[in-house]
Amino acid sequence: MAATAERALGKATSRNGERTLGVASLVALAISALLSLVVAPPDAVQGEVQRIMYVHVPAAWLAYLSFFVVFGASIAYLRTKKTRWDRVAAASAEIGVLFTALAIALGMLWGKPVWGTWWTWDPRLTTTAVLLLIYIGYLAVRRITDNPSRRATWAAVVGIVGFIDVPIVHLSVVWWRSLHQGPTVFRLGAPEIQGTMLLALLGGVAAFTITYAYLMTLRLRVGRLEEREAREALSPIVEVER
Amino acid sequence: MLVGQASVIARKDLVIEVRGRHALGTLLPFAATVLIAFGFAFGPGRDVLDRVAPGLLWMAVLFSAVIASRRAYQVETEDGALEGLLLAPIDKAAVFLGKAAAVTLELLALVLAVLVLVVLLFDLSVQDPLLMVAAFVLGVVGLAAVGSLFGVVAESARTREAIFPMLVLPLVAPVLIAGVRATDLAAAGRSSEVLSWLGLLAAFDVVFLSVGVLVFGYLLED
Repeated sequence: MAATAERALGKATSRNGERTLGVASLVALAISALLSLVVAPPDAVQGEVQRIMYVHVPAAWLAYLSFFVVFGASIAYLRTKKTRWDRVAAASAEIGVLFTALAIALGMLWGKPVWGTWWTWDPRLTTTAVLLLIYIGYLAVRRITDNPSRRATWAAVVGIVGFIDVPIVHLSVVWWRSLHQGPTVFRLGAPEIQGTMLLALLGGVAAFTITYAYLMTLRLRVGRLEEREAREALSPIVEVER
Repeated sequence: MLVGQASVIARKDLVIEVRGRHALGTLLPFAATVLIAFGFAFGPGRDVLDRVAPGLLWMAVLFSAVIASRRAYQVETEDGALEGLLLAPIDKAAVFLGKAAAVTLELLALVLAVLVLVVLLFDLSVQDPLLMVAAFVLGVVGLAAVGSLFGVVAESARTREAIFPMLVLPLVAPVLIAGVRATDLAAAGRSSEVLSWLGLLAAFDVVFLSVGVLVFGYLLED
């Protein structure tokens, strides 16, 4: 009895926490939109189109953050064999694929007017594209088997290997480009960034990170429910067998 | 100890290969078909074919590596061989290293034949054969390492054939880039520039062989 009450209480607080995070991410995204669209001045060279940076950079940051989380959770799963870590890795990988694709799409939208092309084989772009492919592969591996522990183990190995591969991919692409042709004209220099622009950029990164945390709590809850459903679907069979 | 066990596994796989003639019987015609298809796609202009030849060569090797690593685990599913392998009192990492070694040797035999084909078909002139051989040895080890690591996963995904190449091809992107550049430079005789690419290939091999040794056991347990 007490245990049920406790569990109900725990669920209520976790739902409250989820709601708080949801509201916080909405507010943060609104502030970030205000900072990047109104407060920050248009870029001296690129004009208004440069404002895409305030969503493009945060999306790219989330891409790499989520795959770092997949990497950490995968190691934790292999060491502890706790399904919680597998749920964390799976949730983070899904969100990561979403934001990697978003970062690439936003980069293309930005690249077309500024560089004059949707795509260039720039090291950072190419690495991000390979990153996206690796983690689409990760999600595909998760669908191979219905055996939960096997799925979790295989996915964890892919999550670890994939993350270790990314710096090597980046290095090879940097060399590839630099040996092909000198420093590319497409490269954005490191322009001195103005104060409010920096503020808008950091605001965007913070807002996206809070949104990531919110999406994670949602996806983790769905993961727990999926697991419970699988258990309950199985239980009548188990009882009959007894 | 580990090396001894791995060589036993490798020898076993190579004996199966020699008796079944899978690499020479199936992979070689496959690689030749791929090269001819590339010839149709980019030819018949000599200058274009000459420029893309190193890339075509590596694409043929890459596709063959995917098939060869899958084959390495396919033979284990017959007659419950994998269970026997799991019950054998050997280190699981030795299974990985042995498979990778066998696949490496098979692919190197294939590379030799494919290289002759490319020189004949695409008129590739090789200024520095020694460095090119080094690039192929180092590159093929990397391909075999990644392939042997995930081949066991591919074997269980028979209904989803595309997953294995989809997983392996992005992971081996550095091998493809470094291998093609090294082959290109070695063919042109720019030997001093080849070395950094060989270093990258070697680093890739070391990273993936050691990661494979560390995690392969997890892929086999149930």
